[in-house]
Amino acid sequence: MQAMNYRGPFRVRIENKPTPEILHPNDAVVRVTRSCICGSDLHLYHGMVPDTRVGTTFGHEFIGVVEEIGPSVQNLKVGDQVLVPFNIACGQCAFCKQGLYGNCHESNSMATAVGGIFGYSHTAGGFDGGQAEYVRVPYADVGPTVIPEGMDHDDALLLTDVVPTGYQAAEMAGIKMGDTVVVFGAGPVGIMAAKCAWLFGAGRVIVIDHLEYRLEFVRSYAQCEAYNFKSLEDPVLFIKKTTDWFGADVCIDAVGSDACGSALHTITGKKLMLQAGAATALHWAVNAVKKGGIVSIVGVYGPTDNLVPIGNVVNKGITIRANQASVKRLLPRLIEHVQAGRLNPKEIITHRIPLEEVSDAYHIFSAKLDNCIKPVLITGKA
Amino acid sequence: MIAEQENYKHINGWGIDADPKNEPTYPIKNYTEDDHKRINWDRPVLQQPTVEVLHSNERPGYSAVIGETLPPSGLSGKLRRYAFQFSESSYGHWLPLLLADRINELEGIADDLRNGKIPNIMAERGWNAEWKYNRLGVMRKIAVGAVAVGVIAALCKLKKRS
Repeated sequence: MQAMNYRGPFRVRIENKPTPEILHPNDAVVRVTRSCICGSDLHLYHGMVPDTRVGTTFGHEFIGVVEEIGPSVQNLKVGDQVLVPFNIACGQCAFCKQGLYGNCHESNSMATAVGGIFGYSHTAGGFDGGQAEYVRVPYADVGPTVIPEGMDHDDALLLTDVVPTGYQAAEMAGIKMGDTVVVFGAGPVGIMAAKCAWLFGAGRVIVIDHLEYRLEFVRSYAQCEAYNFKSLEDPVLFIKKTTDWFGADVCIDAVGSDACGSALHTITGKKLMLQAGAATALHWAVNAVKKGGIVSIVGVYGPTDNLVPIGNVVNKGITIRANQASVKRLLPRLIEHVQAGRLNPKEIITHRIPLEEVSDAYHIFSAKLDNCIKPVLITGKA
Repeated sequence: MIAEQENYKHINGWGIDADPKNEPTYPIKNYTEDDHKRINWDRPVLQQPTVEVLHSNERPGYSAVIGETLPPSGLSGKLRRYAFQFSESSYGHWLPLLLADRINELEGIADDLRNGKIPNIMAERGWNAEWKYNRLGVMRKIAVGAVAVGVIAALCKLKKRS
């Protein structure tokens, strides 16, 4: 089969690989019909995630058709069209039983801090991802969800990660009616977090980024205010001023380790890799939120350390909430939102690129070419 | 609760201020008593590894399902094995893994050459897209590169003459 193949930082290509097989009685093999490149795939692409081995196939956002099932699979049958959450979750461990499907303890031997994730390095379990024609899906009875009849498959595709992650960012923020919510990052997750903040009763939503085309998009898509930090003298000071010198009620970091905006963070985090990426957005979030406010983090950081003003977290009494999205827990509610038209995820898709052109697709997304917001890869056998 | 109060009766006031509503993880976590049972849940059927799979030393063994892609090999594999002697809290774990990744990139190029394939690094880096959408940027990079090469060549020439 054809699959995306990582060759080193900023280098990927399409290559033939053996078609995956059933390795566990509760496995399924899914024929991928389309997949996305996620902003967090760029951390892998940029060589920032330890134990990303040459030859890995990325891709944790995908949908497809069940081709084969293991002997113990009961909830799926061959031919089902499924959306597959990015987290690999057993449904039985203490964490899954409590709804923490993003923190499963039975899906990743290689690290205890993170559950298994499709195509997200050996640090996240060493599973190949869905930027391929076929993919092995462990715990087929737990994660994969049959796409509801009538649902647009592009919407279903974005329910595998972007929508749940944006929604959970807003959920973790504990938004109260009328709160001012500041979202750092106007990538797909930031856009979705801004959109979802309204569902929790936000009174004002502000998005901060540096790419004009994304700010323009989020202004219209999420009906929010959007500002370019490059035109602000100091984004933290701006937020203080615009909240009557009080600070935002809630700040959401939807950027993670690839942030721009601070030379110190960029040099130490991204160039010299002395910290686990550039924590600029988190730094701003901590300093821009009010005393006693909440900072919600869904941006992805590496497993080592970051420069964060932790003293201000203590002095301001900030509550930090963070996690990988628990897709399975959120899906029923999010499917309702999509079906009711309250969320319209597919509108963020800007590029549809054949899997064969995966090298170009990654570069377009990484270099922000052609006003790219969300690229979808279409497989040849789709 | 009554049994627990019995266990801690030697501590004056044990549990007197416990507040079940003080649960900052809601609604992300549906708190049950399972945490206190530790890792003693009914495990799924265990996948038996058929290749070398490294596991964190912060767990007693493998997870029930295992990613069997790309077992460690070569010099990078040796470094990865070394790294897994250390906990996830240690730089001894992560720094060798990052170094292994960089070495693995060179191993990948060597593997390509061994298999008679010359990697098209420009294509792998998406330069087709760069040329299509950022032609001016490409020209600028070429111009800067040419100037840099010219300056170095001129300096070398001057050095030779002197």
